[in-house]
Amino acid sequence: MKALISLVATSLLCSAVYAQNYAIVGATVHTMGAKGSIENATVLIKDDKIQGVISGEFDRGGYQIIDASGKVVTPGLIGAHTSLGLVEVSSSAGTVDSEVKKVKFSHVGAAVDASYGINPDSSLLNISRIAGVTSAASSVSDTKQLFSGQGAIITLGDKTQAVLKARAFMGVNMSNHGADNIGGSRAVLWVALERAISEAEFAGPKALSPAQEWHGELSKADLKALWPVVNGDIPLIMDVRRAADIRQVIRFKQRHPKLNIVLLEATEAWRVADELVTNDIPVILNPESNLPYAFDQLGATLENAARLDKAGVRVVIGMESHNIRLAKQHAGNAVANGLPWQQGLAALTINPAKIYGIDTLLGSIEEGKQADLVIWSGDPLEVTETAEQVFIQGKLLDMQSRQTKLRDRYLDLNQGRPMSYVRP
Amino acid sequence: MQLKNTNISLCVALVAAFVLTGCDDKKSKEKAAIINPDPFPSAYQPLPSGATLIKNVTILDGIGGRIEKGAVLIQDGKIASLGQNLVADSETTVVDGQGKWVTPGIIDVHSHLGVYPAPSTSSHSDGNEMTAPVTAQVWAEHSLWPQDPGFGRALAGGVTAMQILPGSANLVGGRGVTVKNLPNRVVQDMKFPGAPYGLKMACGENPKRVYGDKGGPGTRMGNVAGYRQAWADAQEYQRKWDLYYKEFDAGKEPEQPKRDLKLDTLGKALKGEILVHMHCYRADDMGTMLDVMQEFGYKISTFHHAVESYKIADKLASAGVCSAMWADWWGFKMEAYDGIQENIPMVHAAKACAIVHSDSELGIQRLNQEAAKAWANGRRAGLDISQADAWQWLSANPAKSLGIFEQTGSLESGKNADLVLWSADPFSTYAQAEHVYIDGALVYDRNDPTSWPVSDFELGQPGEGDSK
Repeated sequence: MKALISLVATSLLCSAVYAQNYAIVGATVHTMGAKGSIENATVLIKDDKIQGVISGEFDRGGYQIIDASGKVVTPGLIGAHTSLGLVEVSSSAGTVDSEVKKVKFSHVGAAVDASYGINPDSSLLNISRIAGVTSAASSVSDTKQLFSGQGAIITLGDKTQAVLKARAFMGVNMSNHGADNIGGSRAVLWVALERAISEAEFAGPKALSPAQEWHGELSKADLKALWPVVNGDIPLIMDVRRAADIRQVIRFKQRHPKLNIVLLEATEAWRVADELVTNDIPVILNPESNLPYAFDQLGATLENAARLDKAGVRVVIGMESHNIRLAKQHAGNAVANGLPWQQGLAALTINPAKIYGIDTLLGSIEEGKQADLVIWSGDPLEVTETAEQVFIQGKLLDMQSRQTKLRDRYLDLNQGRPMSYVRP
Repeated sequence: MQLKNTNISLCVALVAAFVLTGCDDKKSKEKAAIINPDPFPSAYQPLPSGATLIKNVTILDGIGGRIEKGAVLIQDGKIASLGQNLVADSETTVVDGQGKWVTPGIIDVHSHLGVYPAPSTSSHSDGNEMTAPVTAQVWAEHSLWPQDPGFGRALAGGVTAMQILPGSANLVGGRGVTVKNLPNRVVQDMKFPGAPYGLKMACGENPKRVYGDKGGPGTRMGNVAGYRQAWADAQEYQRKWDLYYKEFDAGKEPEQPKRDLKLDTLGKALKGEILVHMHCYRADDMGTMLDVMQEFGYKISTFHHAVESYKIADKLASAGVCSAMWADWWGFKMEAYDGIQENIPMVHAAKACAIVHSDSELGIQRLNQEAAKAWANGRRAGLDISQADAWQWLSANPAKSLGIFEQTGSLESGKNADLVLWSADPFSTYAQAEHVYIDGALVYDRNDPTSWPVSDFELGQPGEGDSK
């Protein structure tokens, strides 16, 4: 660890002008790509991208060598469903960009655009990235309307431009909470969804100008936001929990085959696993949610992820903001309950990259992809292991956050002066 | 003859005098009014159990000791002995725990199972009596629904006992209850025999947010005035009863004070008969309460959540107050903004009592993992705490905090056989509780699905009897 710290100091001095090239040597590398997992391998980073993953000797000229012997290297973790950058403190603490009130220009919430609210200076980003989370999908949590708006893919590595892809996905809540917002019942909620999608399909790709007449129920802003959804360009993330609602989603997809649908929560998805495979519907879930919180979650089990994966469903894990860093523990618990280890790691890396259509850029350690990766002290899914060094967009991160500073300030309580004078 | 007549008339006279005396002094022959201290007694019955020997295991005894290739003998519901090479007779069930670990059962001092159960309907929302800031008169056990499926989930996570608390909306939320994790038909069936009651209090943001628009308190200073007035009222109530008994003993005829359930409970807390558990996050809020404790001469057993305990761990050590903490929750409120992952080990290293708690029906299922995270983060910060010492956060310290350490919380001869056989080192994501014992009875066996408890609510529902 101390060797890594001095390397950080050196590289911070060097990285001012040129992109620094790195060779991470001697680790077990889980590429999550075609090369699989390789022991005693070297990852080469050049011009902020993965240059390659090799074994054996290589020309060390031009690379800063990072000795990672005995360590484990994986792609950076991707926060699959978060409000990172949109929230600082959730309650009684001023504006929270992830919470939205109803607005007139949007009749169904589709036009809401989270990308405008992303703050790269949010303390949550530093705290998450030093724990190995290097990018994330971020969206508004609730618009009180049908759709939860357009979410963005963000990097946790850039303080000036965090948004990698704006208007990258759309959310809709079709479980109890959604019904509560729309008419109090699924009998209204589903009709509302069908009408919105059908209307957007009818309106077509061309954005309507203010001068054009439009007699539909959606606003023009909503229609513009929904076209990429109905055209299948961006995924529609649908929060559903009970088996009956999941089957409704499957029928919905069969009615609108162009839609790219991903389930969220999917508590009882294990009961409908084969149909999800047939209809090519992946799932973002919380593997630890195993209680009947409501009548639409009666079949909850810790084995949900394992059962889905066994049937062939693509499973994604990581649904928090403040503690998205714990996604690796949740994946580990899915593994403890039957999910194969490689799939547990995939659920945090290549699987979220694939469902969001960003897998040409992120999600695995393969030549040409962005150099987002983590050197772990050991098995990343093990709660006692940690991220020792993180790279985002090829840059070596300064592994500090305000939490590490608070720790360092208070480690010794005998300072002989007020704590505000102690510089950690 | 004359003597006999005299005797009879003497007898009559004596009897008459006696009866007359009885009529006049009837009042002073009455007993002084006593408030029943235990009107809802525990009806707990342990499950039947025979002798059990668990051998070939790594044992953490919960008080800093570790035995490699050890064995533990359970007899009559108690720990009979620990060591290596214990011998069992033919009547004893032998469990060969090759490569596995044994620890004391986990005790969660902060749970709302049963009072905020699953399903979380508004009709089940019984944890906060949000009708006044001080509701010391309510008792969490009267809200506790034993059919909450969460109890069974916690059991599968190695939790053998817990404190069920009211929520934190109120300055004084009411009595908590310590229970064994063996729910049955009525709540008395699970009450931990001999355990003292707890009193839930809360400082900081929650009470002032709830009551700010309802006549107060609306500020932290309002909160503190609220506690202090409540204690002062309890002291006055105590004085009334003390005077009543004093006058009664002196042969006078005092009028019985009007019984006030709220002040009953507060008075007992002041006397230390009920243990005070206070939800409190910020260092300065805790600092204030340490002085309130001094002012009214009572003891806070434990600060709960205690997100900033690391900033005042020395003061907590001196005051002898425990901190029940999370491994890494932070940021959901301003008072949780400075949460750090080394809180628990830093408090422990300062020789203050550190506890890992859940306040979550999900977190309670994996408290061993929460302790593991805290332990590992502490080591990385240079705090070299052994696993054996760290297990105190899960069993011994919670037991002390709840006043039940004489009965449970460590693997010591004579104590309740409340323990867990883990599939592997429990400081790991991959370890699972294979066997859970309460009072020596095997109450959970992961390898025998037909034996798993199924709450009434889950009967006839999707997933009945499924692995949860």
